[in-house]
Amino acid sequence: MSEVNGITKQLLEIVSDFGGKFDGAYNIRQDCQSVARQSTEHIKIVNKADGKPGIEIHISPETQDEKVYIPACITQADVDDLVYNDFFVGEGADVIIVAGCGVHTETNELSRHSGVHRFFLGKGSHVLYVEKHVGEGADDGNRTIDPVTDAEIGEGAVLEMDTSQLGGVTSTSRKCHIKMDKEAKLIIRERILTDKRQTASTDFVVEVNGEDASVNLISRSVAKGNSYQEYSSKIIGNARCTGHSECDGILAENGKVSAQPSLIANCKDAELIHEAAIGKIAGEQILKLRTLGLTEEEAEATIINGFLK
Amino acid sequence: MPTPLILLFYYTASKVKSQGEKHRAALDFHSKVWYTISVHEILKLVIFLLEIKELSWSAPDGRKIIKDLSLTIPNNKLTVITGPNGSGKTTLAKLIAGVETAESGSIFLDGEDITPLDITQRAKKGIGFAFQQPVRFKGITVKDLLVLAAGGIASEDKLNDVLLKVGLQPEKYLDRDVDAHLSGGEIKRVEIATVLLRSSKLMVFDEPEAGIDIWSFNNLIDTFSQLKSSTDSSIIIISHQERILSIADEIILLRDGDICEQGKRDSMFPRLFCAGGEDCQCPNCIKGGASE
Repeated sequence: MSEVNGITKQLLEIVSDFGGKFDGAYNIRQDCQSVARQSTEHIKIVNKADGKPGIEIHISPETQDEKVYIPACITQADVDDLVYNDFFVGEGADVIIVAGCGVHTETNELSRHSGVHRFFLGKGSHVLYVEKHVGEGADDGNRTIDPVTDAEIGEGAVLEMDTSQLGGVTSTSRKCHIKMDKEAKLIIRERILTDKRQTASTDFVVEVNGEDASVNLISRSVAKGNSYQEYSSKIIGNARCTGHSECDGILAENGKVSAQPSLIANCKDAELIHEAAIGKIAGEQILKLRTLGLTEEEAEATIINGFLK
Repeated sequence: MPTPLILLFYYTASKVKSQGEKHRAALDFHSKVWYTISVHEILKLVIFLLEIKELSWSAPDGRKIIKDLSLTIPNNKLTVITGPNGSGKTTLAKLIAGVETAESGSIFLDGEDITPLDITQRAKKGIGFAFQQPVRFKGITVKDLLVLAAGGIASEDKLNDVLLKVGLQPEKYLDRDVDAHLSGGEIKRVEIATVLLRSSKLMVFDEPEAGIDIWSFNNLIDTFSQLKSSTDSSIIIISHQERILSIADEIILLRDGDICEQGKRDSMFPRLFCAGGEDCQCPNCIKGGASE
């Protein structure tokens, strides 16, 4: 890990709980190149076979309780990083993938990380995918993170995506397209915090193609300052299935949120539900916490932190 | 002057000196010079935790809900404030906690004028308040809320204990969010637990029985009865419930925004529940303020 610089180490602590080393397989990407990599017996990390920048992660069938870390960091301004990462998860495997991204800039020149991730989940596998994004550095830094996720969830497989944007990212555009086989299960928990003039957009498209598959999308957003967030989700039920989408937004100061949920049932046995709520923090919530001795500012911070937890 | 009375005087006068710039009493302990202090004020400070003087509050539409109301809440006692719907009970409770701001009048806690203090400041002074309709928080667990109520730190035993007191199994509830996944009764019990944890000088519960099933209600009555005997706090409960009224030390009957009558339970209770029916004309009947 000698090529991992100090800024990357700081970002890794935020986005991937880096404690000086990773246990298990890992690939650390820093300013457009891989600077540290380790494979394990069951998890192999190799360069992409098609020559594109990025890696392939091959997880052997029946791999149990292992983690793989693939964080990407940008530590300076004027960097445009595009990476393609493919995950091949063997049948019956049960793993955690930690894929955070941190961008640190000290000037207002644009730095961008675009990660295109493709997942192929074998039958009966289970993946918990954890992704944290953060921007650090000068206040007027221009930092962009644009993740793309394409996934094919095999029969009886489970994909849990736990994504969060912790702040400091000037703009982000998340696109997610997922296809589900029978009895597959998808859970996405997304949390986004924007402030100042930051923007964030999320576009989920989930095709539920197999019988008895289920999908649950939960998005929570907090738009502070003059920031703007857009949420779009489309659950397409092509078979007997269940789908639930929940989008909650908290507005603070002049923040704005637009939510456009969409449900398409192409099968009479598809049961799809959507819930959405956007608004400022309820005054009663502030009052309750103040009766516990918190100031108004402490109460607001507690509510937002809990909401995004 | 007998020794106990002298000690009482010293204690009370020092309390007044440290707290009440608006009180006329003062005492110079070094020179042993006695200043004028009214016996009436000494007694009030010893006997009463809360004193409200000529309090008024109007709704946004201009209706006067609390009308020049004055009352005292005794120290270390359980006081139940009852009265017909719309008599101003909840508004009064909110005015005490600082959730609403009075148009005029004063509120004294332990001799100190807390009228200008906001909710946070009153909470820090020792007023705990359980809302009649508790709010829900997405992402905040029962444990998070209880720890906040306890001031940021609370042992697992303490949290378990308080949940058991309100009839909730800790292992089932501590990690659950205080959101729509909890029923109205469950969330109400969590609300009560937040006040029990604060060790306040004055605990105010606004209709704690509302939305709680009969089994949990029995548990709640036991909790309040035990609390009454085990705490140094004063307790105010806003309630219509006969069983809650029956454990009161003192009952205040509110009607049309003002105190109709205040007295010991033994004198008030039978008259609130007079068997004479709704139209009872017996001279002592004050019924109409409570229902079974």
